[in-house]
Amino acid sequence: MPTITVTTRTGDTRQIAAEDDISLMEAIRDSGIDELLALCGGCLSCATCHVYVDPAFADQLPGMSDDENDLLDSSIARGPLSRLSCQIPLREELDGLIVTIAPED
Amino acid sequence: MESYDVLIVGTGHAGAQAAIALRQGGFAGSVAMIGEEPDLPYERPPLSKDYLSGDKSFDRILLRPREFWHDRNITMLLGKRVVSVDAEQHEVTDATGATIAYGQLIWAAGGHPRRLNCNGHDQEGVHAVRTRADVDRLVAELPRVSKAVVIGGGYIGLETAAALRKAGKAVVLLEAQDRLLARVAGQELSRFFEEAHRGHGVDIHLNAQVSAIEGSERISGVRLADGRVFAADLAVVGIGIIPAVEPLLAAGAKGDNGVIVDECCRTSLTDVWAIGDCALHENIFADGRAIRLESMQNANDQASVVARAINGAATPYIAVPWFWSNQYDLKLQTVGLSDGFDYHIIRGDLDARSFSIIYFKDGRVIALDCVNHVRDYVQGRRLVANRVAIDPAIVANQGIPLKDVGC
Repeated sequence: MPTITVTTRTGDTRQIAAEDDISLMEAIRDSGIDELLALCGGCLSCATCHVYVDPAFADQLPGMSDDENDLLDSSIARGPLSRLSCQIPLREELDGLIVTIAPED
Repeated sequence: MESYDVLIVGTGHAGAQAAIALRQGGFAGSVAMIGEEPDLPYERPPLSKDYLSGDKSFDRILLRPREFWHDRNITMLLGKRVVSVDAEQHEVTDATGATIAYGQLIWAAGGHPRRLNCNGHDQEGVHAVRTRADVDRLVAELPRVSKAVVIGGGYIGLETAAALRKAGKAVVLLEAQDRLLARVAGQELSRFFEEAHRGHGVDIHLNAQVSAIEGSERISGVRLADGRVFAADLAVVGIGIIPAVEPLLAAGAKGDNGVIVDECCRTSLTDVWAIGDCALHENIFADGRAIRLESMQNANDQASVVARAINGAATPYIAVPWFWSNQYDLKLQTVGLSDGFDYHIIRGDLDARSFSIIYFKDGRVIALDCVNHVRDYVQGRRLVANRVAIDPAIVANQGIPLKDVGC
């Protein structure tokens, strides 16, 4: 059960315990943080679950698909650490992951 | 009598987002949601996709965790159907006769699946796909189903056909018009999806008028007006919805096919708002025509508009429509509304199953349908939002990214 540190848009930082085999988006949503709209439910059709991932974990993350890359381009808040949280499945190796919810577009 | 500062009728996307956005905007009054379904708010799009195919459990499609609503002090009145509204008294009455008072009423009741009205329409084994209960009933029957007939070639019908094929069922799809997706897309996209589904073994019949559901205790077949009969152990009817607005219209709200709302989603009744599938609104992306939009985007964005208005910061509803549908390995993404287009071009290659169809009206871009072409979907949004006037030949040139055209 990986533990994740999430910083919200208001600057609050919380630790959440995630179940295995769900996505980072689901873990954030299930923790009660309601800033992620995640409108498409994680099927890679929108960009409303945008987060910044601490660079220390860059090597542990799955690669970014062309579709994810293109969807992130729709956000004016895109930066080098941007990912769609629905595209990050949580595994034990990601225990300690640190993410920040990106500003709303 | 129970009483809430804001009472939301409907527990779908629009209602849930209205409650969430009210609290996010700092609304401190009492909020309740009342709805027919027994379940907490959940995502509807997976009903015809991942939930139907069993790839996602119900808990994974809940819009928010179960305790969220309690934590936000949002009262859930589930399994209750509002049957009348008294706008003057600021009260609603449910099917048991209980009355609930409100300060502001947000009507987000969506719609009910349109049913067939032919003989046998209520046979065992005839299903809709609108609620979790609908899909649970359908899935429970699947082990004893080998032949399914899908009636209706819109998105729900097509997604359901794809899920049933994935489950190994023989699938016949019947569409009353001369092409699939006739209400929502141009010819090319219709033909493309027709070919795709045929390629996956769906037996498609166009211009097919259903005249009866046959069977004694349970469906055995679907009969067409021309006499043909398709054997079936199960049928899924996906022929649209009827907006659930009767109580509002009976209370005097203006409307017919939906309830009429203004740019901030107010109905003609004092302190009554309407959002989502049932809200008949003038949409600037439809040239100001009054339309209903049955989409997640519309539900979510109208909910935010109402929440802002109630929180004292009203802004009009101006949101670019977008939509998606996943079938097999095809990812369709739509931005804008193509209805009424006078010209279109295809960008990309239909045979390669990666292309965009760009729709124009009076020389301006009004919509894109993108299949496995996410980049165009993202970059084309600006063209729709700004109604960019541009030479179609430039847009048709795949060598030029859409982000670089019409700037």
